[in-house]
Amino acid sequence: MANLQEKIAAKFPQATFEEADILQVNIPDAQLHDLAKTLRDDEDFAFDYLVTIVGMDWTDSLGCVYYLTSTRHSHHISIKTSTTDRDNPMLHSLADLWRIAVFYEREVYDFFGIIFIGNPDMRRLFLSIDWKGYPLRKDYDMNPELNPVSIENERQSDFTYTYVETPDGKVEKKEVPIFKEDDFVVNIGPQHPATHGVLRFRTALDAETIKKIDVYMGYIHRGVEKLCENLTYPQTLHFMDRLDYFSAHNYHHGLCLCIEKAAGIEAPRRAQVIRVMMDELSRIASHCLFIGTFCMDLGATTMLFYTLRVREQILDIMEKTCGARMTFNYDCIGGVMADLDPDFVKDVKALLAVLPDNIKEYNKVFTGNIIARNRMEGVGVLTREDAISYAVTGPSGRASNWACDVRKTDPYSIYPELDFEEVTRTEGDSMARFKVRIAEMEQSAKILEQLIDNIPEGDYCAKVPKVLKLPVGHWFQLVEGCRGAFGVYIESDGSTQPYRLKIAPPCLPLACVVDHITSGNKIADLITIGGSLDYIVPDMDR
Amino acid sequence: MFKFSIITDWINNLLHEWMPGWLATTIECVAIGVGLLLAYALLALFYIYYERKVCAAFQCRLGPNRVGPFGLLQSFADMFKILIKELISLNHIDKFLFALAPYLVIIASMLAFAVLPWGNGLQIINFNIGIFFLIAVSSIGVLGILLAGWSSNNKFTLIGALRSGAQMVSYELSIGLSVLTMVAFAGTMSVPGIVEAQSNLWFIFSGHIPAIIAFIIYLIAGTAETNRGPFDLPEAESELTAGYHTEYSGIHFGFFYLAEYLNLFIVSGVAALLFFGGWMPLHIPGFDTFNHIMDYIPSVVWFIGKAIALSFIIIWFKWTFPRLRIDQLLSLEWKYLLPINLFNLVLMTLMIVYGLHF
Repeated sequence: MANLQEKIAAKFPQATFEEADILQVNIPDAQLHDLAKTLRDDEDFAFDYLVTIVGMDWTDSLGCVYYLTSTRHSHHISIKTSTTDRDNPMLHSLADLWRIAVFYEREVYDFFGIIFIGNPDMRRLFLSIDWKGYPLRKDYDMNPELNPVSIENERQSDFTYTYVETPDGKVEKKEVPIFKEDDFVVNIGPQHPATHGVLRFRTALDAETIKKIDVYMGYIHRGVEKLCENLTYPQTLHFMDRLDYFSAHNYHHGLCLCIEKAAGIEAPRRAQVIRVMMDELSRIASHCLFIGTFCMDLGATTMLFYTLRVREQILDIMEKTCGARMTFNYDCIGGVMADLDPDFVKDVKALLAVLPDNIKEYNKVFTGNIIARNRMEGVGVLTREDAISYAVTGPSGRASNWACDVRKTDPYSIYPELDFEEVTRTEGDSMARFKVRIAEMEQSAKILEQLIDNIPEGDYCAKVPKVLKLPVGHWFQLVEGCRGAFGVYIESDGSTQPYRLKIAPPCLPLACVVDHITSGNKIADLITIGGSLDYIVPDMDR
Repeated sequence: MFKFSIITDWINNLLHEWMPGWLATTIECVAIGVGLLLAYALLALFYIYYERKVCAAFQCRLGPNRVGPFGLLQSFADMFKILIKELISLNHIDKFLFALAPYLVIIASMLAFAVLPWGNGLQIINFNIGIFFLIAVSSIGVLGILLAGWSSNNKFTLIGALRSGAQMVSYELSIGLSVLTMVAFAGTMSVPGIVEAQSNLWFIFSGHIPAIIAFIIYLIAGTAETNRGPFDLPEAESELTAGYHTEYSGIHFGFFYLAEYLNLFIVSGVAALLFFGGWMPLHIPGFDTFNHIMDYIPSVVWFIGKAIALSFIIIWFKWTFPRLRIDQLLSLEWKYLLPINLFNLVLMTLMIVYGLHF
């Protein structure tokens, strides 16, 4: 880390450094693009993966924190940049370096009003275009009369804006049409059986062939990040199961780890084992549902019922321990809410006994089917470079041969002790994404087998102060959700409530990459590709 | 075997004794029309129940089991519900064509009913180009689907209709050619003629290899003709919400729904006629006692039983396979089925010429 710091300091004397959980570089906006380009292209740095962009309002200035990771050297860095202009804040865009930055910057623009010079698509990402104010700014006026619930149709524009810097230093606003004049645009969604939630694709078609897709999201945006700023740390946990509701345990785990890291609490061993077991059970259940709904999208309705059998069995196990079948609120700061149900071990063993036969059956009924293979093989190929550039993590990224499993790259909890393989495939098509998930179910079962007879005795929750205050500072934690890397950023001002809590969901990049991998394919392939990416809309919208 | 023509002739003579010829014919037509409608409705209701039960069995479920014993009244309840539902009128559509489309679809399948060999002597129209008539009228259905998609003024329905058009026109070729193969074998286009030709042995056995190839192709193409999975692209619900009938409601939607099931019956019925002897009982040459016992089962039971058994295969397809993509669907037809079919026709002709059949 010191090595990185020296090298950056040599090239960028203006940069100042801050030691948080990872190295942070503070750089003025003018050098931001150069620094980012160096960090990405220089062999020693090779920061090719933009994890997230955290928009920030420090009241005296507005700015961004960029989290970068190198997939080659697996080191991390964060860049902080800010502007003091509150009326017309502008920063330089990094959209030409990382493709996902286009969308991350749109999100920052949506919430903080920071305009990114050079971003080709400077629209709001989640809120409607008539929204007044930027909600995550600290001086945002929450008066409902300013933004009343509309009973009119939502106004929508066929144009986007881009801000270009002229050679003499002025910034010009340009209007760019999204579609061509004579495009046949079909609206797929927001209410559509195959968008897996309320997501909208404005699809330009040439007969059956897709020319361009404009992803339109935000229909289930609930402002979770804003809500968290007015809640105490234990209260913020309750929103995590409402993002990706299939990874409820994993997301709780992530936020708990971040808060525990900040507060210096360590969960007892028993709690850690329980958390990991619940994570892996969620993963199997989630992948089961993926297989079922994906096959249903392809027209093979029957598979859904086969996969739901296993999922039901897992939900029964969770119900006995957590008291719920969805939106589990089980992990808490310092451990878990309650001890395991007495039947837990017996039930998990019963599940592990039937799982291999079920997986064999899925492969027999569906994977080998000639129609299924024709529909999936070679459809929606995502190369490794594009997967990294678009930050497509999770099983979808691993299908493109990017070993991005956080459990292996940045192990947390007890994962370093466990024996399991990271499943990757080289094809990068829909079939690879499907097969990776089936293989991951087997690996999760392997983890469960190692743990089920070795649950240590002891407390299930550490002693945590009734009023939890975090020290001043900021922390970032990544965990592996069922659909990819889930990141939490907490900035604390020393009070009982987070100053800023940013969630970096895995599903946002998954939806953003759809346009890139569908163009030139058929409409039916959009369904295959969307299904195989397996995004969850509440997760991307938050 | 009992011939239904004895009854029908007796009624015909009776009517002609009591009233002038034109009135007798009118009454007969009305009676047949009512009977046909009744059979149509009952079969549709049965098929809805049948598919639900079969599908449930494939999916480890029970299927309808609340309304009436074994859920038997479920489809009656559903049909009643569809009858009393509102017909939502839409703006910005071609109202006349929009209303016409479901009737075209249902008329096409009703006309096809007229030439099916329901039983020994139980046939509504008997003329020498029966099979030709059947193919001709069943192609009217695609017009209804195209009109429905076009007149709804909706992009999804339009794509559904376009897909349907491409699909129907392509697969009609396969159906036509495999029917032609069997007509060549039978040497007649008349429906009773084809049935009579199978009185010793069903065509699927006597025509052996070419007949079996023709049967498999007919079954694939027939499934495509009825717009059922894995060929249900025109209404692919995960892509086009409901395809060409997205905008329909109430009984207009019900007509499309009924026509789909009845087309399933017609396709299976024609397969039964061409390959499994129509209403002809299973006869094996040389086993006279067996043949005699088979004759005791009424011909109507034979025909409907065969049609239902063949429908089971088509339903099985639907609940097992994923859906094809439009380009794969068309290449299956034009690159594989059509050449195989043409080759098969030559094979069948050679077989007839050299007398290589049983």
